[in-house]
Amino acid sequence: MSDSTLLVGPFNRVEGDLEIRLEVSGGAVRAAYANSPLFRGFEPILQGKAPMDALTITPRICGICSISQSAAAALALAEAAGVRPAPQGALIAAVLHAVENVCDHITHFNLFFGADFARPAYAGRPWHDRAVARFTAMEGSAMRACVEARAQVLHIVGLLGGKWPHTLAIQPGGVTRAPTARDRIRMGSTLTAFRRYLEAEIFGAPVEAFAALSSAQAVRDWSTGDAGLFMEIAADLDLATAGPGPGRYMSFGAYPTDDGRVFGPGLWVDGGLAPLDPGLIREDLSHAWMLGEDAHPEAGQTVPDEMMRAPGYSWCKAPRLGGRTVETGAFARQVVDGHAAALELARDGGGVLARIAGRLLEIARTQILMEQWVAAIRPEARFMDQVTLPENGIGAGLVEAARGSLGHWLRIEDGRIANYQIIAPTTWNFSPRDAQGTPGPVEQALVGAAVSAGEETPLSVQHIVRSFDPCMVCTVH
Amino acid sequence: MNVLWLQSAGCGGCTMSLLCAEAPNVFDLLAGAGVSFLWHPALSQETGHEVRALLERVESGALPLDVLAVEGSILTGPKGTGRFHMLSGTGRAMLDWVRSLAPRARHVMAVGTCATYGGITSAGGNPASAVGVQYDGHQPGGALPADFTSRSGLPVINVAGCPTHPDWVTETLLLLADGTLDRDALDVLGRPRFYADHLVHHACPKNEFYEYKASATELSQIGCMMENLGCVGTQAVGDCNIRGWNGEGSCTRAGYPCINCTAPEFEEPRHPFTQTPKFAGIPIGLPSDMPKAWFMALASLSKAATPRRIERNAKSDRIEVAPNQKADKT
Repeated sequence: MSDSTLLVGPFNRVEGDLEIRLEVSGGAVRAAYANSPLFRGFEPILQGKAPMDALTITPRICGICSISQSAAAALALAEAAGVRPAPQGALIAAVLHAVENVCDHITHFNLFFGADFARPAYAGRPWHDRAVARFTAMEGSAMRACVEARAQVLHIVGLLGGKWPHTLAIQPGGVTRAPTARDRIRMGSTLTAFRRYLEAEIFGAPVEAFAALSSAQAVRDWSTGDAGLFMEIAADLDLATAGPGPGRYMSFGAYPTDDGRVFGPGLWVDGGLAPLDPGLIREDLSHAWMLGEDAHPEAGQTVPDEMMRAPGYSWCKAPRLGGRTVETGAFARQVVDGHAAALELARDGGGVLARIAGRLLEIARTQILMEQWVAAIRPEARFMDQVTLPENGIGAGLVEAARGSLGHWLRIEDGRIANYQIIAPTTWNFSPRDAQGTPGPVEQALVGAAVSAGEETPLSVQHIVRSFDPCMVCTVH
Repeated sequence: MNVLWLQSAGCGGCTMSLLCAEAPNVFDLLAGAGVSFLWHPALSQETGHEVRALLERVESGALPLDVLAVEGSILTGPKGTGRFHMLSGTGRAMLDWVRSLAPRARHVMAVGTCATYGGITSAGGNPASAVGVQYDGHQPGGALPADFTSRSGLPVINVAGCPTHPDWVTETLLLLADGTLDRDALDVLGRPRFYADHLVHHACPKNEFYEYKASATELSQIGCMMENLGCVGTQAVGDCNIRGWNGEGSCTRAGYPCINCTAPEFEEPRHPFTQTPKFAGIPIGLPSDMPKAWFMALASLSKAATPRRIERNAKSDRIEVAPNQKADKT
């Protein structure tokens, strides 16, 4: 196969708009360039607003990780005020956030990622008939089961947060609605029904059994439910070795409570865990259609280059940690939290299978956590403290969205937002090249992906890109 | 009836909300009514070159299109080019695609307040020059001209909401498939009247507090949020409290104000979202179809007559005094 360039887009079943340019030779991708082709400008929109308006505006950055945006904004405001939310309010915020995260994971597994295995191109594979029955877009039995289970478990957000997406329930001091004893028991029942879905459809076994897997081999050998079907497909298509990332994983730590973050924060680099210093974050603008200097988000600016000049090729800035790329997401979170199977999958090189396994592990673990949290609700408690914001101050809200590390950096001057900067998970994962020419994580992961003769939208590229579960509306915002 | 769904400059939340349709689920509901997606960016198998080929066939007229659904605002910046949002893989701005495809469609449907009027993307200084499909805020004329009508003769159908309730979208599609959504079924801003003829205030559980103007002063208190906390449920259209969201939810049920997200320019209320602007201590923006003097007279009368139970509960985060229980005199 001769050298060629492929432009892949519209790249669907990712949240938002994505265009990937591929340089192909010898039947494989030699270089990839990820373009986020949509700029809306939430950061300039927020300038000059009343600080609390961030709670209304920032969730609307993203319709799929809306609660993550709420949680980050609330945390940034709380830090600016020097307060922490009422403990039971933080617990409710964690429940709201966890429901969104598991919903995003099952939506990804089925609707966004799974649908590709039903493609006619895979006809004749030993698993294809079952993949067609389960994963055909909008028609497969797994698709129906997924949207029904998702709609039902989101009743918890309806009850506590009024609606999903775009709730205003999460505040710096807690949450706006105090749940009653009846609400608590009702949410417990909703979670029991969700457990039944997970165990019947996704795992074919108790969630505890999947959460307790302790080796990479045990994960790959999983044979029941749609998780088992995926492992069978992954073995056949060699998805374990497809799309390895930079091998550096980052997590801000998920679900802040009075006892710390439930999934711990940190870094996994050079084969070991290390503490994370968010002070080392810089956003590189060399290949983004952005004007200004590289900066830490506390001092960052968002000034689009309306001329869209080269070498820029994306609206996405390129965040780097200590000058290096990092991968973030559910798999990174489970690695950094020290889950044994995730650690071994990381040592084996990460890749498509590892990212999916990370999400499955997290679904199982989060189900158990949500049940514990709902049981721990004390309806007689206070769920929100009143918070007075300072006239001048700064705050950072670092949380974990379904897709990875999300940060909001806020500066208040004279009672107004003077600067607001956001780095979303996919900003990290789908960043363009930096000044050193180092490609972003997905750009790197795509190098070596197989391209068959005549393929215009290579399947291997689709699996690798979707394994990150990109959220492009968050990426540039 | 086929539907081509495009996601323009929005958050994708109206699709995410659509997937929350229940009894039956969204796929069975639409399929059962004969509604199918030619392509949907979050749901369809087709990607890349398959989609480009499909768009070309629709644009050329080779593939007849029943409904063009647009989610998200349309970006006209920078400088009218629309290049802040290029439809990936096509080298063309979404602005250009929408203008080209809309005349081909039997119906054009704007989904969500970004697509209808510009919405949150047009907030602040509107850095990307976002407009709605047929409106720019309150002004008719957006990406498409004010006098645009689709092949059916209808203007753009504006399913406003941030996000839209799943039923608002599915029921609009079902009515279109049924052939029973005509111009009289739309209000003055193009919104389907089946939900826009209601106010968020209708069936709000805080109505008893409203009757006495027993008001919350801080979020988390269960009193009425109109007087102090920016709630405009008495003016905002939507059957949010009649239908319920995600089961039995709604904004006011969860203890935060209605911000009128079904209306043009809700994103710029010109005051903080959770504060009621006042003039001489009196809230600006009282219910629109009630004489102000009458409202003030009734409010002061009912405030004076407020039962202690309601007064106490309004400033609490839960029901402190039940209807069959006597409140302390303190």
